[in-house]
Amino acid sequence: MTSRQNSIKKTIAALGMVAGAFAVTAQDAQAADPIKIGTFLSVTGPASFLGDPELKTLELYIEKLNEGGGVLGRQLELVQYDVGVDSKKAITAVKRLISQDEVDVIIGGSTSGATMAVVPLVEKAGVPFISLAGAVAIVEPVKKWVFKTPHTDKMACGKIFEDLQARGLTTIAMISGTGGFGKSMNGQCTKLAPAYNIKIAISESYGPKDTDMTAQLTKIKGVDGVQAVVNAGFGQGPAIVTKNYRQLGMTAPLYQSHGVASKKFIELAGDAAEGVRLPAAALLVADTLPDGDAQKPVVQAYSKDYSEAYGGSVSTFGGHAYDGLQIAVAAIVRAGSTDKEAVRNEIEKTSGYVGTGGVVNMSADDHLGLDLSAFRMLEIKNGDWSIVK
Amino acid sequence: MSAEFLQFLFSGVTLGATYGLVGLGFSIIYNASNVINFAQGEFVMMGGMGTVFFLGLGLPMPVAILAAIALTTLFGFGLERFAIAPARGANVVTLIIITIGASIVMRGLAQVVWGKEFHAVPPFSGDEPITIAGATILPQSLWVLGITVLLVIALRFFFEKTIMGKAIIATSLNRDAAMLMGINVRFVLFISFGLSAALGAIAGILVSPITLTNFEAGIMLGLKGFCAAILGGLGNGMGAVAGGLIVGIAEAMGAGYLISEYKDAIAFVLILLVLFFKPSGLFGKTGTERV
Amino acid sequence: MEKLKSPRTGGILVLCAIIAILPAFLSNAFQMEIAILIFFNAIVCIGLNLLIGYGGQISLGHGAFVGLGAYGSAILSMGQGWDPLLAMVIAAIFTGVLAFVIARPILKLKGHYLAMATLGMGIIISIVINTEDQFTGGPDGMYVDGLSFVTKQIHWYWIIGALLIFSVWASLNLIHSPIGRALRAVHGSEVAAEVVGVDTTRFKVMIFVVSAVFASVVGSLGVYYSNFVTPDIAGFFHSIELVVMVVFGGMASTFGAVVGAAILTTLPQFLTFLHDYEHLVFGLILMLTMIYLPKGLVPTITAFFKKGDKS
Repeated sequence: MTSRQNSIKKTIAALGMVAGAFAVTAQDAQAADPIKIGTFLSVTGPASFLGDPELKTLELYIEKLNEGGGVLGRQLELVQYDVGVDSKKAITAVKRLISQDEVDVIIGGSTSGATMAVVPLVEKAGVPFISLAGAVAIVEPVKKWVFKTPHTDKMACGKIFEDLQARGLTTIAMISGTGGFGKSMNGQCTKLAPAYNIKIAISESYGPKDTDMTAQLTKIKGVDGVQAVVNAGFGQGPAIVTKNYRQLGMTAPLYQSHGVASKKFIELAGDAAEGVRLPAAALLVADTLPDGDAQKPVVQAYSKDYSEAYGGSVSTFGGHAYDGLQIAVAAIVRAGSTDKEAVRNEIEKTSGYVGTGGVVNMSADDHLGLDLSAFRMLEIKNGDWSIVK
Repeated sequence: MSAEFLQFLFSGVTLGATYGLVGLGFSIIYNASNVINFAQGEFVMMGGMGTVFFLGLGLPMPVAILAAIALTTLFGFGLERFAIAPARGANVVTLIIITIGASIVMRGLAQVVWGKEFHAVPPFSGDEPITIAGATILPQSLWVLGITVLLVIALRFFFEKTIMGKAIIATSLNRDAAMLMGINVRFVLFISFGLSAALGAIAGILVSPITLTNFEAGIMLGLKGFCAAILGGLGNGMGAVAGGLIVGIAEAMGAGYLISEYKDAIAFVLILLVLFFKPSGLFGKTGTERV
Repeated sequence: MEKLKSPRTGGILVLCAIIAILPAFLSNAFQMEIAILIFFNAIVCIGLNLLIGYGGQISLGHGAFVGLGAYGSAILSMGQGWDPLLAMVIAAIFTGVLAFVIARPILKLKGHYLAMATLGMGIIISIVINTEDQFTGGPDGMYVDGLSFVTKQIHWYWIIGALLIFSVWASLNLIHSPIGRALRAVHGSEVAAEVVGVDTTRFKVMIFVVSAVFASVVGSLGVYYSNFVTPDIAGFFHSIELVVMVVFGGMASTFGAVVGAAILTTLPQFLTFLHDYEHLVFGLILMLTMIYLPKGLVPTITAFFKKGDKS
């Protein structure tokens, strides 16, 4: 697995040297146009929880790749626009990326809403696009130019329901954010519940900027027979839900989604986060992974790089951006050019790529390439993640 | 009273008191200058984010809180001196746009200096909930309520008993007459902005252990504070506090007994209804318009 | 009065000329996109300017009218399968009727209470759009088919450009008609206007409805052009943005509304290279302009040239 990584690195290094040689003779390494990577992320607004680490990761690794001589002897250039959580802004940004900046590949879209809004544009223009958003609708049905790296909301529901079954819990309550991710995950869980013999007794929701969810939780508390509560949402909302949950003295197991898979969540929710379970990528537990785990070296390296550059700890969201960039760069190297059709075909052929999110095996009818095994069920213990055995 | 009702009431009163404090800030600036200060929410944000920042520098909690209030107050003074004072004589809409500009600048500064992440200010005295008749309340909520009451009493004293307070009241009643009486109206304006900023900062510090804070946290709180000020009758400080409580309780009850998605709408429907029947707010003066 | 006449026709001619030659300088689809966005915003601002600049009534909820047009068209054409143009007309009528119904109680309010009421109305409408996701697609927005007979971007450019010129012409004519004079009286002093027999409420209601219909039509066309609509269009920020454009360009100046829309639509796109500093710099530009040119760009510049003529 890692041999492929190594071979990619070697290729990059070798090509870098070739480029270096050119630089000496031509006096100007810039003679070759840079490879343009376009991105549009929710760097500000309620989803900055996602967009901020994503952007930082892209910036960090593009700099690293350039220090190593770039890709195909060409430097990489990141073109980025902040789109908040407005899909309309995402459309403007993507039009700009495609027609003004003429980027070679697009890696971005922090939210499912922004991603789905630009899909028609990307499909029409024919630009390889790797999305960093969660909803399953992005890759089901398969769209020719659209790929994604994060686990889907459907997988999160499945993983949580598996865990509920293992604990013998059958009646649950859901509390979801009204944003795209919360709504989409709520829908997926509702669809999937009967297959696991799970009954959703009550479903409540809260707005993306709400600061108090005690009212919704009090309602849930008033419903008899609720054995567990599942919170679908990302950002600071779930942290407040968790705090309010403890304030109200609710004791049923609380499940969060992979939308909170960041140390920041534990920091914000404080002691209230103890005992909360969530499905997440191995990245969060890099150091406690068993030594034989294929993902261990990758996630440890990424963790180290990110923390050294920016301080603080990693989130899986930055990891999605890392995976997206690595998959795109590897595809460009394999294609030997930035020809869009060729790069797209190579992305689709990605197999055995070990990333922060799991082992990716894409195909013509799977533009995600992850299965449920990529998810680990984590529990928060003593202010840190631990793997549920 | 059912435990459920009590629970909704607790959360409504806590947020409502915060809205009230923000509304009070709107009222003070409005009285002195007739301007709706759209940067009021950003003062609230600076209080919370400032505390996080000073705590991060290793300062003890009380010092960090005072430093954050001082910093925000400086911004209040600065806003008056460098943005409002130079535009004296411009019409009110222009002044409002200037405060909108100021709010964008303050958010931009906070984003650049303090980053975009959410932060939690530690609660003043733990987060072990207190159970009352089956409902629970956080100690921090008691802090919010207690300090709001103290501030309201202190402000009453300030406006009724001190020269400075009386000068502010006089200016709000009749600016020209106040000037003729030898009151330095410019100084009154200056103090009013500082005072509003300090109030906003305190509201932000009190509430951020419950609601979390980041550089955009002031937008919603500012809007709700504006609602509180309008509902109570612009310029009426006690009205703003009452307005805040009404908005907070309406929201909590709406989320609890009606549909949670529409809880913000409930507050605004309430305000529209009040305005249709009492065009100057619940406790506003219904004076004649000066021609 | 005489002085105003020459810049009126002159201004329209200049605007026509700019719109006619601009495509030659736009090198790609994105720049064309921005030009079209400017036209859209300018048309809404012209309507809003009638209300703020001439009616003296502030509206912090105008985004909601744009949103009603946009979602009205989107829901009727996509959900109900109506003809897009019919959907647009029905949405405009609906918005106009709604504006008419709420105008009387709302416009009775003064100053900041009016601001609050329009703001509240806007927020309620935007919450409904966000929540009723089975019709509106919720916070993620919805896809909308365009007009089958206008597909090329350049055609949109000419259509919306022509609509902008028409709007400017209509607005200038309205201002210089007897109705316009009555409106300015309302702005000057409502009490005085009433004393001399102007039915101020009727005029205020009329102008409120007209500006709402302007906004609604733009909302509909905007959706057909971009094929996508999100609730932000009806939100608080969009409403504020529109008011800022009007005041920035210069209240009570039709061309001011156009210039304000042009600058404040383009500026954020220019500032993207500043990344994190983008919002900070935008805010500073806004503040400094309003502090030093409190009457807004166009009136200040016009006054400057007039002074120059005399000396």
